[in-house]
Amino acid sequence: MSGDLIDLTAAQAGERVRAGELSASELFEAWRERAAADSLNAYRWVADAPPPETDAGAPLAGVPLAIKDLFCTEGVPSAAGSRILEGYRPPYTATAVERLAAAGAPMLGKTNMDEFAMGSSNENSGFGPVKNPWDESRVPGGSSGGSAAAVAAGLAPWAIGTDTGGSIRQPAALCGIVGLKPTYGAVSRYGMIAFASSLDQAGPLTRDVTDCALLFRHMVGRDPLDSTSTGLPDEVLLPAAERLDGLRFGVPPELTRGGVDPGVGAVFEQSLRLIEELGGTLEEVSLPHSDQAISAYYVIAPAEASANLARFDGVRYGLRAEAGDLGSMYEQTREQGFGDEVKRRIMLGTYALSSGYYDAYYGRAQRVRTKIAEDFRSAFERVDLIVTPTSPTVAFGLGERTDDPLAMYLSDFCTVPMPLAGIPAISIPGGFGEHDLPVGIQLAGPAFSENRILEAAHALEGAIGFDGSPARG
Amino acid sequence: MIDRDQVLHVARLARLRLTEEEVERMTGELSSILDHIETISALDLDDTAPTSHVVEMENVLRPDEPRPSLPRERAFEQAPDTDGVGFRVPSPGA
Repeated sequence: MSGDLIDLTAAQAGERVRAGELSASELFEAWRERAAADSLNAYRWVADAPPPETDAGAPLAGVPLAIKDLFCTEGVPSAAGSRILEGYRPPYTATAVERLAAAGAPMLGKTNMDEFAMGSSNENSGFGPVKNPWDESRVPGGSSGGSAAAVAAGLAPWAIGTDTGGSIRQPAALCGIVGLKPTYGAVSRYGMIAFASSLDQAGPLTRDVTDCALLFRHMVGRDPLDSTSTGLPDEVLLPAAERLDGLRFGVPPELTRGGVDPGVGAVFEQSLRLIEELGGTLEEVSLPHSDQAISAYYVIAPAEASANLARFDGVRYGLRAEAGDLGSMYEQTREQGFGDEVKRRIMLGTYALSSGYYDAYYGRAQRVRTKIAEDFRSAFERVDLIVTPTSPTVAFGLGERTDDPLAMYLSDFCTVPMPLAGIPAISIPGGFGEHDLPVGIQLAGPAFSENRILEAAHALEGAIGFDGSPARG
Repeated sequence: MIDRDQVLHVARLARLRLTEEEVERMTGELSSILDHIETISALDLDDTAPTSHVVEMENVLRPDEPRPSLPRERAFEQAPDTDGVGFRVPSPGA
């Protein structure tokens, strides 16, 4: 592809299509070639032919989309990173994917991910880890690591992923791109292979904040097929803000001090100074139950997962192990089909829900969840947005943390509280930390405040001036 | 803390067969994770209601009208074994 095309953001490419300077099929083919040449293991499947003619007047103008393999796509492999679903071709398409296709973003490919979205490094994929385009010896983050790496490396103009405890924001941070976890219910979960249903939410992974808003605008909406979906009360606007005058930013010491690497901390401090230069004010706000958020999360998410993953039993789809009786068939299918992390979480969740332990674990975790939501509510009485690092470290080495699952869980402490409270948060690139690797800055707001978050992120992004082009090679 | 017998019990509940090596490893890993999770037992939560759903919603209702479902042959397309009428599985009692 010409260097010219790859340097365009999705919004810019769409404008060229609409202006008649570029055809949608030419654009699709150029990106298809990039995607097909993937050497990061970011893709699980790439379209082998252009889609039927896209209407150049459609809002997304034919700019192709990379889709996390967790979304069901009719007739196209959808394995959610699991061997138990290898070769599975769903008979229907997820609502979010259908909406984006109808708005003019055809499917470019399906991206690799941690198995059933359980992981922060993509090393839990049943199909091999994804490499980080900034340093191929490092992880891209997870679980939407394939989508993040594809956008960062210029293998896709934009992508969608899902976030349960940080699975959009953390890989966006580690790959130097933008990722938005919307308010719970903003986007339909219909057709998403379920991990933890009270937390899962789909959102965009994009090169900049404008692309993020544009893609998000066409994902949202109530869906009769997902009774927990609400849509957003207001239309998603394309952000234009260049200043932050009058906006109050809360800095929670619990998510910004202990455990944050010095290089990440320095980028974070720099972004706080930029917020002030742009007219925003900073105020310390406390989120006192943050320490318990990881504990609550690692009870609630595995508990819900253990129930959701009961459906993988070798009966209706996916892998079936041959065995003489039904009980053995279930057990052997699940033994062979699930990877280590998925087994660990099913065990943890089953234990937490089992007779005699339910109140001590699941019941208590749900009460902690109330406390965490209350913490945010009282913080947002004083400030408009909360700002933190997205991840306490830059991208770590492949294999570096696989021996210690608890350490891997604990590294999610900046991103886990928001889904527990159902509130939206964005990660934008803030600069470079350790080893000259990207650092993400997270902005969180009250439920349904996506427009405020996008406006503020747009202004901050302009002041930061992050250059992601080196990762596109 | 979780011991070996509990791991085997939970694995049975979850319909997971674990190898001897997995039982060993899982016992250690789950114990350290559960020890960490114990931090929530220190909080006073007696007056706190549990949250099962974060967005306040009343019942979501729809008209009870028939609509097309997935055609049977489409539903069977991905089945490991079918006789065209149902999903075929090994006998439970073998």
